[in-house]
Order: sequence, then structure tokens, then C-alpha cells
Amino acid sequence: MKANPDQVEAFHQRIDEALHNDQLRRNFRSALTGIMARRAEQFPDDSQLQALREQARAVRAHALVRQPELLEQLEAKLTGNGIQVHWAEDTGQANAIIHGILEAAGARTVVKGKSMVSEETGLNHYLEERGVEVIESDLGEYIIQLAHEPPSHIVAPAIHKNRREVAELFREFHPDIPYTEDIDELTQTARAILRTRFAKADAGISGVNFAVAETGTLCLVENEGNGRLSTTAPRLHIAITGVEKVVERLSDVPPLLEILTKSATGQPITTYFNMISRPRQRGELDGPEAVHLVLLDNGRSRIRVDEELLDTLRCIRCGACINHCPVYVQLGGHAYGTVYPGPIGIALEPQRIGLDKVGTLTSACTLCGACGEVCPVKIPLPKLINRLRAEAVNEQRTSTPLSGRGSLRKPGEAAAWRLWQQIYGHPRLYRLFTLAATRLRGLTPPRLGAWTRYRSAPKPARRTLRELAHREGFPNE
Amino acid sequence: MSDARDRILERLRANRPHSVPTPAAYAKSLGWDREQRIAHFSERMQAVRGEVHRVARSDWVTWINNELPARGMRRALIGRSGIAEHFAARATQDFELLRYDRPIEDWKDTLFDAVDFALTGTLAGLAESGSLVLWPDETEPRLMSLVPPLHVALLDAERLFENFADLIANDDWASGMPTNALLISGPSKTADIEQTLAYGIHGPKQLITLILE
Repeated sequence: MKANPDQVEAFHQRIDEALHNDQLRRNFRSALTGIMARRAEQFPDDSQLQALREQARAVRAHALVRQPELLEQLEAKLTGNGIQVHWAEDTGQANAIIHGILEAAGARTVVKGKSMVSEETGLNHYLEERGVEVIESDLGEYIIQLAHEPPSHIVAPAIHKNRREVAELFREFHPDIPYTEDIDELTQTARAILRTRFAKADAGISGVNFAVAETGTLCLVENEGNGRLSTTAPRLHIAITGVEKVVERLSDVPPLLEILTKSATGQPITTYFNMISRPRQRGELDGPEAVHLVLLDNGRSRIRVDEELLDTLRCIRCGACINHCPVYVQLGGHAYGTVYPGPIGIALEPQRIGLDKVGTLTSACTLCGACGEVCPVKIPLPKLINRLRAEAVNEQRTSTPLSGRGSLRKPGEAAAWRLWQQIYGHPRLYRLFTLAATRLRGLTPPRLGAWTRYRSAPKPARRTLRELAHREGFPNE
Repeated sequence: MSDARDRILERLRANRPHSVPTPAAYAKSLGWDREQRIAHFSERMQAVRGEVHRVARSDWVTWINNELPARGMRRALIGRSGIAEHFAARATQDFELLRYDRPIEDWKDTLFDAVDFALTGTLAGLAESGSLVLWPDETEPRLMSLVPPLHVALLDAERLFENFADLIANDDWASGMPTNALLISGPSKTADIEQTLAYGIHGPKQLITLILE
């Protein structure tokens, strides 16, 4: 498979646009600086943090090994509890299942809690095309729905907007409400607008943070209460999640919850932790009468082919890697052009979509290692990104384990590295090369394309390191 | 879609990673006594603008009678629990009592628009994170702790655990979960605009915990 020739150019163009948007860069810089500081405050004791990370890693790793059995157990438990379980191999199936459930229930309006998996399937667009009104109820999601933009961050979807931009959006869509740039007032405005929606919606759609196989329980983490409203006020609740979100035991949940909220937003816990195990029972006065869970694969089972790449699936979507990424802070989330941005996006999306489609994302990394250090489930992100870089230019073009493997390989580049390998692998050749380079240093070109746009061109030294060492009297070997 | 199910499970089984050890059970005992638990709970709750008061077990209605009418909180939503009966029998004339005694569909507009505060009990509290634990049921439905602008919750000081792992193990949650279980750690909040904290987005704007001793 050959790389989509446009992917590199398109990515560079998005990078260019992002870097020239000063407002955007200020918004990201100020938001992320605060989040990083708040996270650090939650982990004053490094040994406790490392113990908690190890526990979370072990829980997730174990769940991935036992994933097929746990999914069957989850399905059996949920079904026994009265929650209907659906399986979708790809985004098209997931959307069709959800639309089918809504249609059968005669549901025309939907309030949604935040769900990145639904972004992955393009659910809102799919439902809107079929005449279903979908209202995002998380404040950040509501803001970007008004702006017709995708999320720029997996936890804080409207992080790229400042208060003035939000105020302008509210003025445009709700001209009857007095204009304000005060964040408390904007929040109260959103409360008033969305409250009537919650009261009138036919159905609620949400994501899932953890699905517990042992008890058949769907866990949702949130601060606003919109997730609880979406899953409690309407008659129908549909949850959608990736097949990797299952955990074995209820006792696995507390350490995951603790490290998730501390890593994501620097909170000891979120305002609400919502655990749903059944639809409304006889005698109960609220809660949905029907609850459905859609389990989405969409390429996840394929990632298991490779033991190293499997680590990607431990992710609990806290966004800490994104918050600490020096590239993300400069670019923002939209420049990546994928559902998941930042380090986890660079690791996940080429595996999900193919290196031939988005493999160039792997270049948006300095290999500084910050993401790997903060990851609450110890995903070796720098190692994975490096591996994907190598796979993108791999000589072999088999699609196992990665689709689009070798698609970014360039003959010239490959030849240059082969030459480098020859020279550095053979001492005599190396000596000859360094001798030539030092003696002919005057011939090196003063301009080297993009490299010298902001830097001076590299020039070999007058003498080789070997010669200098010899002159200083170091022994030869 | 059972075909999809079978194919997904088949792929997952075909690509089975090497097994890893079962993680050890997670427990962390901080060894806090009752006073320390109350102090930590209060500190965490207050850090997110939750209000905490310690009151005598026999006297909590007096606290509500004295405090809430002055704040303009009069229309009280109560359930059908023992707490509700206790309050109904002792509440002053300042309060108008609304009972959550019929399905939500029959009175959604009233619930969303015409309630000042809701009164509920709690199953337990968690000291380390400053959380209330609720298992809503037919006598205290789920929306009581969510829709009204103020939520007043009673917490038995004897049911204040160190943390979530403690409670799950002590009460053996794994043997049977309710329809809905909740941890509530403060009033509703958001930081979606400029990462600046704002309270009272979709759920209660205020949360008052009365610790009963």
C-alpha cells in the first residue's frame, strides 16, 4: 500500500495554520500550564504515585489479557440485569444500531453526555442526517457543537476557545440573552439553555469510563451532572464504548478512578461518579426504562496482534500525555486532524486507521518522554511512537501487524541511511569518511532546505574527534 | 448483530497476549480515627465549596428549620423514606413540602423548575476524597440529588469510611449492585471555559452535608 501522498502536505498545512494563530497558541499555553500544575499537586509523594500507577497498569494489562472472557461475563451480567448489549465491528454498525434503537423507541431528541467513542463513529452527524436532534450537554461539547468544530482535547473539548470566543458564540445563537464575558454568567446561561433540553429529551446517549464484568456495571466520571442527567432523566439510555474498557472486578475501580481524575484534571475526585447496573426497576420512580450498551471494536482487536502495540489499549483516556506534550501545546488538537490528538493519538490513530493514512503524525514528536512519565497506566508512549515511525518506513510492506506499513518509505532516504549504516559499521570506511569530511569542510553547502531556514548549516570540525583525542594523549582503544 | 459479536470475540481470542499476574487487591489503610475522618471529609468537601455542619443526631431538623428559610429555601423536595417522614413531622410552616411519590414523567416540569432544595440520606461517606455515597431507591429517587439547585444530605458519622476501596470491601458491593450507585463530591462544576472553575452548571449549585453524631 502506498501512502496517501497528501497526508504529509495536509498535515504540514494544518501545522502552519496552527502556528500562525497567536490567539490559539495563547489559549492552549495558558490552559495547559494550569492543568500540569494541578496534576503535580495531586501527587506530592512520588513513591505513592508510582505504586498507584503500577496498580492501574496491572489492572488494565490483566483485563486486556482476559478481554474475551470478561466481555462475555460483562454481557451475561448486563443482560441478567436487564441492560441490552450490542456489538459493532465498525463505526457504521455502531451508528446503525443506535439509530435503530432510537427509531424503535420513537425518540426524536437526544441529550448527549461527553463520549470520545461517539466522536470516533461520527454519531451526531449520522443521527442528524436521519432527522434526530442531538444536543451535546457537556459545556465544552455544547460550545464546539455551536461552533461546528470537533473537540481539540479529549477531556476539555473547547480548550482552544477563550471566554470572548464563547461569549460571541452565545450571542450568535442566543441573541435574546444579555451579552457577557463573565465565566460564571456564561455557565449559568448554559445551565438555563440546557435545562429545558434535559427535561424534554426522548433519549440520552453517553460514553463509559469503566465497564465492570463482575457486577455488570457501567461507570461514568464527570463534574457537571450532564452525564447523570442524560442517563437518568430520559426514558431511554444508550451507552457506547470501546471493547477495551472492560475491567474484571469492582475492586479494580477505586485505583483507576483515583488515578484517572488526578491525572486528567488534577482533582482528587470528580463531582460525580455514576455507576449504572440496571434500567428502572418496578416501583422506582425515575431512571430510564431501557438501557443499552453498544460495544465497539473498530480496529481495537487487531491491535492485539502485537504484544508491544497492545499496550496502547491500556489507555483510560485521561489526557495527561496530551497536557504534557511540548508539540501539542504549540499546535493544539485540530492540527492532528484525527479524533484523538497528542501522544495517545499519535500512538493509537495510525494503528486504528493505518500508517498510509495518518502515519505522518509520528513525526509530531520530539521523543522527549514526558508523556510516558505521566501516563497513569504506564503506556510506553515514546517507545510506541518510535516503533510506529520505524514501521512507517519499514522495508516490508505486509499489513501485519499494521496497515500501511512501509508506506512512508522513500528510496532516497532509505539509501542515505543504508550508506550511513555502512560507514558507521566499518571502522576503515568511517576513518576515511571523517578524514574526507574534515579536510573538505569548505565544500559543505551553506543552505540545507528547511533546516537552515532558522538555523545555521552544520559544518564538520577541522580535525576528527579521533585525531583530537590522539593529540590529547588518550590511548587508542 | 450476533455475527459481529462472534467475529469480535474470535479475533480477540486469536490474538491473545501472554498472560500477566492477577493484580493484588488494592487497599490502602491510612489509619484515621473518627475525628480525622470527619476532619478530612470536611476539608475536601469545603475545598470544592461544599458546606459541612456537624449536628446532633436528634437535632438535624432544627438546623434546617433555623437555617434554610433565611436563605430563601422553602420548597422542599422529600422522598418517602424515614428521613422524609421525620422531616415532614417536624418542619416548620416556612416550608412547602413536595413529595417524590410518582413517576418522574408525571411531573418533570415541576421538578425541574419549582423546587428549592431536596433532602436525602446517604449510604456512607468517604473521608479521603470528601465524597457522599448514595444508593438511590424508590423512597429516594435518583434525580433528587441532581435536579434541585440545593441538595441537603444527611451523613451518619459512623458510616464515614476512609476511602472507596474500604467501603466496597466492607459492604461487599461485589455481591450485588443497585440500579444506580453514586459518589457525589461537591456541587456540580465545570472548567470548560478557559479551565476556570465555575460552580452550578447542570446539577446542584450548592451541597450541604449534615454530619449526624
